[in-house]
Amino acid sequence: MEPTQLKSKAMPRFDIIFTGGVAFLVALWAVFATSHADDLGMVVHGWIFLGAAILAVLGLVFTAQGTALKNDQAIYSDGVVRFGVIASTFWGIVGMLVGVVIASQLAFPELLYFKDFGFLNFGRLRPLHTSAVIFAFGGNVLLATSFYVVQRTCRARLFGGMLPWFVFWGYQLFIVLAATGYLLGVTSGQEYAEPTWHVDLWLTVVWVAYLLVFLGTLWKRKEPHIYVANWFYLAFIVTIAMLHVVNNLAVPTSAFATSSYPLFGGVQNALTQWWYGHNAVGFFLTAGFLAIMYYFIPKQVNRPVYSYQLSIVHFWALIFIYIWAGPHHLHYTALPQWAQTLGMTFSIILWMPSWGGMINGLMTLSGAWDKLRTDPVLRMFVASLAFYGMSTFEGPVMSVRAVNSLSHYTDWTIGHVHSGALGWVGMVSFGALYALTPWLWKRERLYSLKLVEMHFWLSTIGILFYISSMWVSGIQQGLMWRSYNEFGFLTYSFVETVKAMHLPYIVRAIGGLLYLIGTCIMAYNLWQTIKGAVAKKEPLSFANPNLVPAE
Amino acid sequence: MLFKNHGIIERNSMILLIGILLVVSIGGIVQIAPLFRIEQTIEKVEGVRPYTPLELAGRGVYIREGCYTCHSQMIRPLRDEIERYGHYSLAAESMYDHPFQWGSKRTGPDLARVGGRYSDAWHVQHLINPRSVVPESIMPPYAFLEGREIGIKDVVDKHLVAQTRVGVPYTQAAIDNAKDDLMAQADPNADSEGLQARYGGKVTVRDFDGDPSKVTEMDALVAYLQVLGTMVDFKSYEPTKAENLR
Repeated sequence: MEPTQLKSKAMPRFDIIFTGGVAFLVALWAVFATSHADDLGMVVHGWIFLGAAILAVLGLVFTAQGTALKNDQAIYSDGVVRFGVIASTFWGIVGMLVGVVIASQLAFPELLYFKDFGFLNFGRLRPLHTSAVIFAFGGNVLLATSFYVVQRTCRARLFGGMLPWFVFWGYQLFIVLAATGYLLGVTSGQEYAEPTWHVDLWLTVVWVAYLLVFLGTLWKRKEPHIYVANWFYLAFIVTIAMLHVVNNLAVPTSAFATSSYPLFGGVQNALTQWWYGHNAVGFFLTAGFLAIMYYFIPKQVNRPVYSYQLSIVHFWALIFIYIWAGPHHLHYTALPQWAQTLGMTFSIILWMPSWGGMINGLMTLSGAWDKLRTDPVLRMFVASLAFYGMSTFEGPVMSVRAVNSLSHYTDWTIGHVHSGALGWVGMVSFGALYALTPWLWKRERLYSLKLVEMHFWLSTIGILFYISSMWVSGIQQGLMWRSYNEFGFLTYSFVETVKAMHLPYIVRAIGGLLYLIGTCIMAYNLWQTIKGAVAKKEPLSFANPNLVPAE
Repeated sequence: MLFKNHGIIERNSMILLIGILLVVSIGGIVQIAPLFRIEQTIEKVEGVRPYTPLELAGRGVYIREGCYTCHSQMIRPLRDEIERYGHYSLAAESMYDHPFQWGSKRTGPDLARVGGRYSDAWHVQHLINPRSVVPESIMPPYAFLEGREIGIKDVVDKHLVAQTRVGVPYTQAAIDNAKDDLMAQADPNADSEGLQARYGGKVTVRDFDGDPSKVTEMDALVAYLQVLGTMVDFKSYEPTKAENLR
């Protein structure tokens, strides 16, 4: 590197050494993977790894003059956050589009199915959908917002020079590897943990770097106290690291094969998997997004968080209790009953901290409720909290063993997940993206608040279509399965219950499509905002309707 | 008081970090660790054995195609499920399943005891075109498995080695003969004595996909489906015995 860049610091640039070193090791392994692979999946992944390593080195060389490499401590590093906003929007559309496709496949089973290859079959697209929306969309939102929030609340530039960029691009690489793997049938076969061992290892490297960037920024902070949002981000980062590593322990069949066998089998594997699976919800989709709530809602209404004490209780109670809830996914299975009962008990207790958090978020609006009338972005946040409250009530209900005997294995579960994912995670993310874009690109306001309004209603109606159709199909199918006729025989064959799902499946696909259209409108709105455009015939601010449009 | 002292945690990132780690570890340790006292968790039953190489390859296809996203392999001890699918699933039946395939959703029926319920020919036809045998089915077609050679055929011994590393009791003889066993199980004319000596007399040897010219992924998947739920000898299993309650 150019010596001029090092003059401000005597320290060697560990971030560049680290990135270059990782790129070198990855390239070395990838060369062998492309030539010695046991299977096609590994050949493809070898080439992707190799390409990424080359791009990483080129990136380091070509940005050598850029501000990122200069690492000027006086300014926030927002470039990586801007990329995060764009990546979130992009992956959101991809993930939701795949969701609409597989929802339609269940309604119309000849759609996009081919005799000669399987990569568009439901079984391969479904992990693509779940991973794309959870890890690609949700993950990028968390990366972007955490990088933004930790800098503002610590009044310090992100730690690690190039390291945040390594985290961002490394995470995109993880997504591409996982997604291409699913299409090729490369999967570990554990729900929500489908990436195979080599992709898991890569994510571990990226995640450790992420933790380092986050912690390092906390260490540099100029504020004595660590803000509450950062507690939640930190809990999300370290707990996901723990869950990811333990649940993905596996023995590969060779160093250049995608296939591996997990260390745990049968009942132990089941509990570890759902300990992971439920806490992917608890820490990825809840703790991380609660951090967003704790920063963006006070910002948006310009008021402090409702209660400091409630924040403390909320935080510790939530992270302590969530981790116990996994076994409610295994009611009436071969898991010992004491474990099921523990899981159920803690799931019910979990209702309280969940609503504690919702109340803390909602009550932050005290004295500013009128802004709901004028600010559609704030409405997004409030609706997300309403859905959060609803799904964190529904969850404990479904975790009760008797309810679960009906709901388990049915679409009710799918509906529940989506009221949380579309309602809570989706809408709080949209709110954050709408708030971040004008801040990051230094625009006075969004391109169009009317489009935000339209997005709000499309997604809300889409969610209602989705969850109500899934209540209907789930409860109906559960009841049909256990229905007996007057002679004491089962009334329905299995396939009769499948047939009965046809109409709800169509309604669900429509709901998903509405939600997807809303997201596309958001993408357009954000893009116009980035370009600096302002919609015609829209007042500059709803609060001051008399101002002339900025044309 | 509690809230006053919380300031210490808020001012020290490492105390916060360690606090988080402690708090989130407790639940997992209490729930997961006791399960590894196997005798308390897994029933003692007769008949459960590791999968044959062909079945293991079929299981690989099952996982690769994401069958678990729509089919469970876990029959709950509820009246309707037992009447629909058979005896409720035991922990012992999946003790060699790495990963477990209990599933979480029944878009299609449970498969824990599908073995022996339908003929091989039915399975093949159903996999090629599900709606040709079940008109209301919404399952995707798997015609491409027909005639496709088993991808892991030449490295199946490596798969058995990896399985032994995670605790599945394959013998050295099973590893050494893995490929021969894989081929032999799908060929009724082959010498399958060694296969049956290693995996027991109940192992079925036949041309699962009806195509004698080669051993295909269709053979493997059907062999796997046909063994599901058939291993345990329920005549020798007493569910109400104290040691089997949990």
